[in-house]
Amino acid sequence: MQTPTLFALLLLLVLVAYGTGFTRAVTAARGSGGLRNLASLPSYYGLYTALWCGLPALLLLAAWLVFDDGIIRAMVMNSLADKPAALSDQNLLWAQIQNVAAGNLFGEPEPQVAAAAAHLTELRSTTGMVQAGLTLVIAAGLGAFSLLRFSPQLRAREKVESVLRWVLVACACAAIFTTVGILLSVLFESLRFFHAVPITEFLFGLHWSPQMALRADQVGSSGAFGAVPLFTGTMMVSAIAMFVAVPVGLMSAIYLAEYASKRVRNFAKPVLEILAGVPTVVYGFFAALTVAPFVRDAAAAIGLQASSESALAAGLVMGVMIIPFVSSLSDDVINAVPQSLRDGALGLGSTHSETVRKVVIPAALPGIVGGVLLAVSRAIGETMIVVMAAGLAANLTANPLDSVTTVTVQIVTLLVGDQEFDSPKTLAAFALGLMLFLTTLVLNFIALHVVKKYREQYD
Amino acid sequence: MTDLTQQQVRERIERRLASRHLKEKIFRGLGIASIAFGVLAVAILFADIIAKGSGAFVQSDIQLEITYDPAVLGIEQVDQESLTWANFTGVIREALRERFPDVSGRAEKRELYSLVSTGAPFALRDRLAADPELLGQTEKVWLTADDDVDTFVKSLSDSRNGFRGRTSDRMAGWIDQLLVAGELKKRFNSNFFTNGDSREPEQAGIRAALVGSLFTLLVTLMLSFPIGVAAAIYLEEYAPRNRWTDLIEVNINNLAAVPSIVFGLLGLAIFINFFEMPRSAPLVGGLVLTLMTLPTIIISSRASLKAVPPSIREAAMGMGASRMQVVFHHVLPLAMPGMLTGAIIGMAQALGETAPLLMIGMVAFIVDVPHGITDPATVLPVQIFLWADSPERAFVERTSAAIMVLLSVLIAMNASAVWLRKKLERRW
Repeated sequence: MQTPTLFALLLLLVLVAYGTGFTRAVTAARGSGGLRNLASLPSYYGLYTALWCGLPALLLLAAWLVFDDGIIRAMVMNSLADKPAALSDQNLLWAQIQNVAAGNLFGEPEPQVAAAAAHLTELRSTTGMVQAGLTLVIAAGLGAFSLLRFSPQLRAREKVESVLRWVLVACACAAIFTTVGILLSVLFESLRFFHAVPITEFLFGLHWSPQMALRADQVGSSGAFGAVPLFTGTMMVSAIAMFVAVPVGLMSAIYLAEYASKRVRNFAKPVLEILAGVPTVVYGFFAALTVAPFVRDAAAAIGLQASSESALAAGLVMGVMIIPFVSSLSDDVINAVPQSLRDGALGLGSTHSETVRKVVIPAALPGIVGGVLLAVSRAIGETMIVVMAAGLAANLTANPLDSVTTVTVQIVTLLVGDQEFDSPKTLAAFALGLMLFLTTLVLNFIALHVVKKYREQYD
Repeated sequence: MTDLTQQQVRERIERRLASRHLKEKIFRGLGIASIAFGVLAVAILFADIIAKGSGAFVQSDIQLEITYDPAVLGIEQVDQESLTWANFTGVIREALRERFPDVSGRAEKRELYSLVSTGAPFALRDRLAADPELLGQTEKVWLTADDDVDTFVKSLSDSRNGFRGRTSDRMAGWIDQLLVAGELKKRFNSNFFTNGDSREPEQAGIRAALVGSLFTLLVTLMLSFPIGVAAAIYLEEYAPRNRWTDLIEVNINNLAAVPSIVFGLLGLAIFINFFEMPRSAPLVGGLVLTLMTLPTIIISSRASLKAVPPSIREAAMGMGASRMQVVFHHVLPLAMPGMLTGAIIGMAQALGETAPLLMIGMVAFIVDVPHGITDPATVLPVQIFLWADSPERAFVERTSAAIMVLLSVLIAMNASAVWLRKKLERRW
């Protein structure tokens, strides 16, 4: 049976269970003289029955869907008389068996494969039937069981609520599962990578060229995985971005918070927010097709040679993207500075700008620093702009007119397209991902801590 | 310090006053310059995209007198099978030769044939399939022109000697003849909205990407909204203050700032490699985007739960409602508008996201419109990324047009969020 049909049937059963539980409660109440003789409202009895009917069956179905493929594969592979020793060969064979079972024949399959494919088809249909049958039987059985336990004294509401509460807890823990998932996924692959390439070479090597040779005697057959050029490239692009974003963002925030009339504020603030809502792929396109040629021509006009994929173009556009981020965070902290501080400074005869520079900004500094740190972590993790506008060549350079590459660009280039999961080339992407995750994690942690500390100061 | 008379102090202050006021003016000017820079950036960005992309909404078509000659088509009657074999290309070539009878020689003919898009035969096939009576008849049909012709025609309006590219002098001459005769016109580019991706710019469209985006967003919304709201309710209304709760909160705040590409790595390693879900599918894309938008939705939902005054909860509690009833019957409905606004903003974020979807293989070249959440699909931002990489000049125009579509959807979503907030927001 198809999974969607099974879900629909299960949903139908749950609805029936709700209806039955509800009517059961109403009839019982009518028999004994009114709703007040029930421990809970009838709808809770309905929910109680529906939960018994649906929840265990759903959990079973989910577990089945997750483990199904692995178990079937193990069963089919074990039934093979001579199976290859290497894991990659096993994978290949398995893919072949699946193709044959799906009817994608290219020539006559080996008899062993054909038999395995037949076995697979048979197993699949059997497990499909067992799965559907078991799910529906459990749903119906537990639904009926809960109806048997019905009595007007049953505290249905409390039971339903405690189940719901656990559902809420589970949803709240999704964030933790996600973090753990990210850590596990990048950590495992990274550890495999560090078996092939020593971690010191990765962190301190100056040469990056992740080409793995097909033949052992090929030129450049051992790829070089020194990530320093990537780190410096990332830092250069982020530095250019911050060079644009911090002064512009901060000054706009100050002007909007301290000087602007209400009309200007109502116009300028949403316009700046638009910059935050534009998808990064649009910025990438803009950087690659408009800003990069402009930078190249401008550099040529003053006698400099710029690459058409210069770090400057990507950094400038990234800076524009981050402006609203800096300005809205700074706006918040500047507005949180108590008015009394400003009044005091103005009362002592300082000008408006002196008040801002010598009183408001120092008071808001921790919050601003936190905001800037968050913006830095954003710049480091930004992908599309650099993928489209920065280069692929891992140059170790300090010239912003040269083309550089970044950590995110390399992750994308290494992982888009065909991958083999036992080559250091693919695994390198996960190692880079680990570095990226850890760096941004530390930056975010410090930033959030600083912002939180600061907020408490004037509350 | 020597003692200064009041007179001396005043003099000192007045001497510095001019420079202080100048500094004040400069500071103010810097603020105005920063705002102007931001506003200018928005203006340039939009003007650039619109200038580049508005051309893509029209497309050059060539009117030809097509004879559905059974002899050329090589079919006797119209049915499913004969239509797939029929030689519509031959019919178009015949019509082109008739229009320009003095063309001879292989090279010249090849140039002549290249005026019309390679997708045009399919348009004729659809016409004939819709109206089998046409077999043997002659009619005037507008056919899509090749992208080189289109680029040339569009650049003509700017200056007399337009962008030539692969257009030869001979072709330019024919195009001029057609233009003068009114048989080459720029008409609304319906291909752009009804087709999937294509290697031929004149046949490429955003329909498949739009449907892919829709499926992906649907999965994201169905998962992230309930889970996000439930998490927010737990954290705001139930959670005891302990280490576990703190851990959850730190995690949520952190995830909100984790680069999106890292979520793509998670999707690749866990959903695709571990759970063996299909590659390039909206289902996986939706799952990844769910994880990415969850923090946004949780944070905004918590803010709107916090905005419901405690008096509501106390009143309900006083009437004997249980904790769960207080939340689900009273607090949640009041907080709903704020939560919906947050959800729309989260969805807008997810719609514009590209990087994590590259990791899970949604960059495949997809021509067919996906029919379900497990079909291979691509999404609009990824389509933009793919087109931006294409060398044909006509793709620049289409990329910008796709960006215009994406931006209008995003603006509409954000505007509806603002409208919803204004309309339903309640102040206590």
